[in-house]
Amino acid sequence: MAVVKLKRPKLDLGEKIYFGALIKGFFLTMRHAFRSLRGKSVGAKDLESSGLGVTMQYPEQKWDEHLPEHYRGAPALVTDEQGRERCVSCQLCEFICPPKAIKITPGEIPSDDPWAKVEKRPLEFEIDMIRCIYCGMCEEVCPEQAIYLRKDYAITGLTRKDMVHDKKKLYEIGGVRTGLVNKWNELK
Amino acid sequence: MPDIVPIFIILTKIVILTFVVVLSLVPVAVYFERRFSAVIQDRVGPNRVGIPLTLFGAKKDFHLFGLIQPIADGIKLFLKEDFTPSHVREAFYWLAPALTVVPALITVCVVPFGSPLTLPDGTKIPLVIADIDIGPLFVFSVASLSVYGITLAGWASNSKFPFIGGVRSTAQMISYEISLGLSIIPVLLYFGELNLGKIVQHQAENGWLLLPLWKDGSLCLPDLQTALFWIPAVISFFIFTISIFAETNRMPFDLPECETELVGGYHTEYSSMKFAMFFMGEYAAMVIGSALIVTLFLGGWSMGFTLDAKIADWNFAGFGIAGLIHLGVFLTKLIAFILFFILVRWTVPRFRYDQLMKLGWVVFFEAALINVFLAALIIAAPDLTKTILAVGAVLLIAVTAAVVWVAKVSEEKPKLVRA
Repeated sequence: MAVVKLKRPKLDLGEKIYFGALIKGFFLTMRHAFRSLRGKSVGAKDLESSGLGVTMQYPEQKWDEHLPEHYRGAPALVTDEQGRERCVSCQLCEFICPPKAIKITPGEIPSDDPWAKVEKRPLEFEIDMIRCIYCGMCEEVCPEQAIYLRKDYAITGLTRKDMVHDKKKLYEIGGVRTGLVNKWNELK
Repeated sequence: MPDIVPIFIILTKIVILTFVVVLSLVPVAVYFERRFSAVIQDRVGPNRVGIPLTLFGAKKDFHLFGLIQPIADGIKLFLKEDFTPSHVREAFYWLAPALTVVPALITVCVVPFGSPLTLPDGTKIPLVIADIDIGPLFVFSVASLSVYGITLAGWASNSKFPFIGGVRSTAQMISYEISLGLSIIPVLLYFGELNLGKIVQHQAENGWLLLPLWKDGSLCLPDLQTALFWIPAVISFFIFTISIFAETNRMPFDLPECETELVGGYHTEYSSMKFAMFFMGEYAAMVIGSALIVTLFLGGWSMGFTLDAKIADWNFAGFGIAGLIHLGVFLTKLIAFILFFILVRWTVPRFRYDQLMKLGWVVFFEAALINVFLAALIIAAPDLTKTILAVGAVLLIAVTAAVVWVAKVSEEKPKLVRA
């Protein structure tokens, strides 16, 4: 490859004295200051700013409506239209989980249950939200479309125990999810 | 018994001016630094710290625009572990933070904060701790001691980054002290006075150095000599301000602590209150630097436009309140200048080290020297014959041209000699 010799640009006197650029810089920073004081910074409108800069101020304003479609929040279990737990406790998510946040205790479905043909469901399903890294591997690996990352992001607790989501809590966050593949309906 | 009263007055002045006025300006400067920089960068900045009324069952907290944030910062720094690494030279390691704060606070004593307060019995209390006749010299001699703090911190930390930071700082401060000292010589020539209080009084009556629009108590355009002196005055102001930036290690010149190269610079190994002392020292130096600029160039406590003579006799129950008004005016100017410091910090990117040295030694040193002669020529002009004046002007132009030429030639890199 040919060698291209680049020459440093020759600066004229004005550029060397550097003063004009400084003044320009002052005007630039001051323009930003005035605009952000008036809540008219570039992008303030799109970002629903609080009226100072482009910042939304958290506890008073929340960005829940602005969450993108692909946002990955807390993982949760879902039930289908018939109220069936979709999880069959295959434990794939437990094995794939990089930080080992998921712990499943599998349980058998008793034979008098209408969904006895599914055979298994989790007896206990725990996700340690201190460990969870919101990677979404569990959602990706699940063969039953039973675990999804929902848009809850403010997961708080006062003790470590509070931060472990048990099965009840997981279904509470997940809720019902319709329109998924329902292979168990046809199966005899 | 009567000897006790003056001592009591002096002690009160020391306590109030140093610890109430200047030391409380430090957190104010920090607060402004954070809020103003936030606003420049389209952010909000600290605006939450206030009175947590929700803890007592109220619906909303009362946040004073985050004005209490510096107190929270201070408490945090107090409560942090004060860790002394095992590899440091302890005596100097402990001495260094104090050596950066103390000089900055000592220089407070010559700054005139306002015109004298008048008591009901007619006695006047000057709002300056030490009314000495060598004001600026005292400030320079004491303020330059703070370089020892930084150098010692760098050396005593016994580790690489602080050491480089300390060495850089020493070189930088010594370089800029020369132009700092030379740049105010025209000012001192003009006033013929080294007492800062009298300099301000003169400016109150005859126009600020940079705004000579009134004389002897009436608004008027400046005469030819004053108008001509405006040019060296502006050059002085320019060089002095920039040198103060370098002296206080503020942004375009904060090479001793530039994070990208030196971690934390000279205070890398410091924690807790010892770190806070460096922090306070920097901001106190900034406050004093602004105070000095305001005092020398922008009329100090005077309101200007001949307003000072009008309010001189105002009093409240016998107490002359002109002094307090002047104190307020001075603090307003001071805070405005601190805001300018902050604006510069977030506008101008940091210089490279060789650029910094070149700016100090090649540009400002020469400019300040030539400026001294220019100012002297203008001040002496009425007493000189036309011939001498012309010769002086020609000489000055010739010297300026020679200096510019030398600076230009020295800039050219020697050609590479290929073997």
